[in-house]
Amino acid sequence: MKVAITSTGQSLESKLDQRFGRCAFFVIYDTETGGVEILPNPNKDAEEGAGPASVQLVASKEVEKIVSGEFGYKIKSLLDSLRIQMVVYKEPEKTVKSVIDMLNKQ
Amino acid sequence: MKIAVASGKGGTGKTFVATNLFNVLSRRGEAVTLTDCDAEAPDDLLFFRAEKVSETEVTHQVPVINKDACTWCGRCSRWCNYNAIFYVPAAKVIEVIENLCHGCGACTFACNSGAITEKPVLLGKVTKFMTDGGSKVVEARMKVNEMSPVRIIKEAIKESGEDGVVILDAPPGTSCPFIQTVDKADNVLLVTEPTPFGLSDLRQSVETLREMKKTPAVIINRSDIGDGSVAEYLAKENIPLLAEIKYDPAIARVYSEGKLVTDEIPALTSLFEDMADKIIEGYGTGSNQR
Ligand code: SF4
Ligand code: SF4
Repeated sequence: MKVAITSTGQSLESKLDQRFGRCAFFVIYDTETGGVEILPNPNKDAEEGAGPASVQLVASKEVEKIVSGEFGYKIKSLLDSLRIQMVVYKEPEKTVKSVIDMLNKQ
Repeated sequence: MKIAVASGKGGTGKTFVATNLFNVLSRRGEAVTLTDCDAEAPDDLLFFRAEKVSETEVTHQVPVINKDACTWCGRCSRWCNYNAIFYVPAAKVIEVIENLCHGCGACTFACNSGAITEKPVLLGKVTKFMTDGGSKVVEARMKVNEMSPVRIIKEAIKESGEDGVVILDAPPGTSCPFIQTVDKADNVLLVTEPTPFGLSDLRQSVETLREMKKTPAVIINRSDIGDGSVAEYLAKENIPLLAEIKYDPAIARVYSEGKLVTDEIPALTSLFEDMADKIIEGYGTGSNQR
């Protein structure tokens, strides 16, 4: 299963980005292969609609789960329609790596 | 002649100036219209007894996608500048997010499969009122949760006509709604306060207006609080100072009762009369006119 994690930087040691739609990077982690892909978020500075556009982006990577601090307005229904699970994790001091460790333990 | 009354942020006295200027001109029997362009929170009507004359609904065309005809080419989503078409072909999901849509029509144009039709969606209303004094007030009011008041503002200004003096009570800030309002104005009055915050907002407004090739005149409200930096700035930049309104607790009291100082306080009545004279006698009818 692929999981998208919102990150403030380009490494696994980076802190989590609390914002979903306007996060700096998406880390796409594959729990089966352990593969990691890091995508800069092109919607970071979008005036409007950053949330839906970001859902569209991570959905194109076929993720089944998204971990972020907060999801904006209307995002939930879009994720439901795609059967993507939304995980709200409000821990700005935690690193991307620690989330990956948690996923691996599940 | 159209005059926009604006301020960098809310709460500096923009509505106060617009409504009282309108009041003195109306009382003189001048042909005058007050257009409340602050469509997100219009409040000019609180200060007048007025009867509704007409109401126009403002709509825009939003796409409707027929999934059965869709060939999943993705063109509509790529052409949309506002992220309003949610498109995930792998999951066979395509959805219009109506409150992000600006009704620009690009997606309909982009679709080569005839999968997109359009439907009207209400953005807000433009309502015309006649005051007891026989002058017209036009109110732009945006529907709650709508993204942009620009279309409604444009419609309200159009409905205000060209007769006599049209006072446009501009939306706060210097973004799109402000620009759309002042763009239509022959003259712009900026209301500010003589504080460092006031100055920084004023500067931003002046710079935006200059890019639009417009020179404002300034009214300093609560002119005896704060410091002299606004006056210095105006002198340095050669911007006319049209009036200074001194702080007076009675102003706030009258205002909070929904009344007009130009009905209640003689000293302010003459100040606004004076301001009206300057405007009518063509302050700025030379270089300020488009
Ligand atoms: S009308 Fe314009 S803004 Fe609305 S969905 Fe189509 S392209 Fe996007
Ligand atoms: S442009 Fe038309 S055919 Fe292509 S994805 Fe959009 S609706 Fe479907």
